[in-house]
Amino acid sequence: MSHRHFGSLHAPNAEMAIKNARDVYTRRNEGVSIWVVQANDIAASSPSDKGPLYEPAEDKVYRHPSFYKIPDDIGAM
Amino acid sequence: MTVSTDALFQCLLRLGDNTLILGQRLGEWCGHAPALEEDIALANTALDLMGQTRHWLTLAGEVEGKGRSEDDLAMLRDVWDFRNVLLVEQPNRDYGHTLMRQFLFDHYHLLMLRGLSESADSRLGDIAAKSVKEVTYHAERSAELIIALGDGTEESHMRMQEALDRLFPFAGELFETDAIDEDLAQHGIAPLPSSLRPAFEAQLDIVLAEATLSKPTDSFAHKGGRTGFRHTEHLGHLLASMQWLQRAYPGAQW
Repeated sequence: MSHRHFGSLHAPNAEMAIKNARDVYTRRNEGVSIWVVQANDIAASSPSDKGPLYEPAEDKVYRHPSFYKIPDDIGAM
Repeated sequence: MTVSTDALFQCLLRLGDNTLILGQRLGEWCGHAPALEEDIALANTALDLMGQTRHWLTLAGEVEGKGRSEDDLAMLRDVWDFRNVLLVEQPNRDYGHTLMRQFLFDHYHLLMLRGLSESADSRLGDIAAKSVKEVTYHAERSAELIIALGDGTEESHMRMQEALDRLFPFAGELFETDAIDEDLAQHGIAPLPSSLRPAFEAQLDIVLAEATLSKPTDSFAHKGGRTGFRHTEHLGHLLASMQWLQRAYPGAQW
């Protein structure tokens, strides 16, 4: 199941973190499963490396599979 | 022979008034709780209880057959007509007292709702079955916090023990059993409150041991709320803030 980042919160332990996440972030039916990770355990890329990391992909349109002709009888893909 | 209308009406008031008054008490923390996570969690619990109240009091009005709505019952009765236990009207005091009150009520509430979900009256059974899911979570959460704070720092332990000492004498009323309860139990409508006590005590002992808190040995119990004999002075103040708008502007709509 695909999970995505929803927000951050405080909790004394993992169990309470799940409960707090349930209370703070799933009040309007947003979730059916929760993962929590301690902020300390997350390794993140640095915002100042944004240029070298992500800009090179900007002008490489050929990496998108958008140049194929799709036969009409295949329908929407 | 079927259960008397009055017994059923009283039963529904007892259920609905407990959740109404405790929900209102918890709502008082909204925007003031010690941490954002706690603030939202308490407000969620309060809203769960208010949702349950709407079901109980709507059904109470139908059973009574005098055309009173959930709102009439909640907003236009005075202290002496309320049938909630004294425990739920006790003031919030500090966060420890709020959590201890919640813990004692949640574990009773869960047992009562489990029993009610087997009720011979499916109208009560359906409301209980829906509420059990919410209250299972309330009970888990309050038990965890009692353990965390009881077995926490010297200060938090002291406050939780103080809260237990003050509130435990209000737990006895939860299991008080009168002629109305006998009537309901005989007809399979609701479990006898006294029959829930052993399971409650067992659960209490497990959690309190882990929380390093000592249960008071005195079995004295304050009572009078659920029979309407006598409420504590706190209920009138709570009703004043809960009901003032309908009292000042009768019939005002949202």
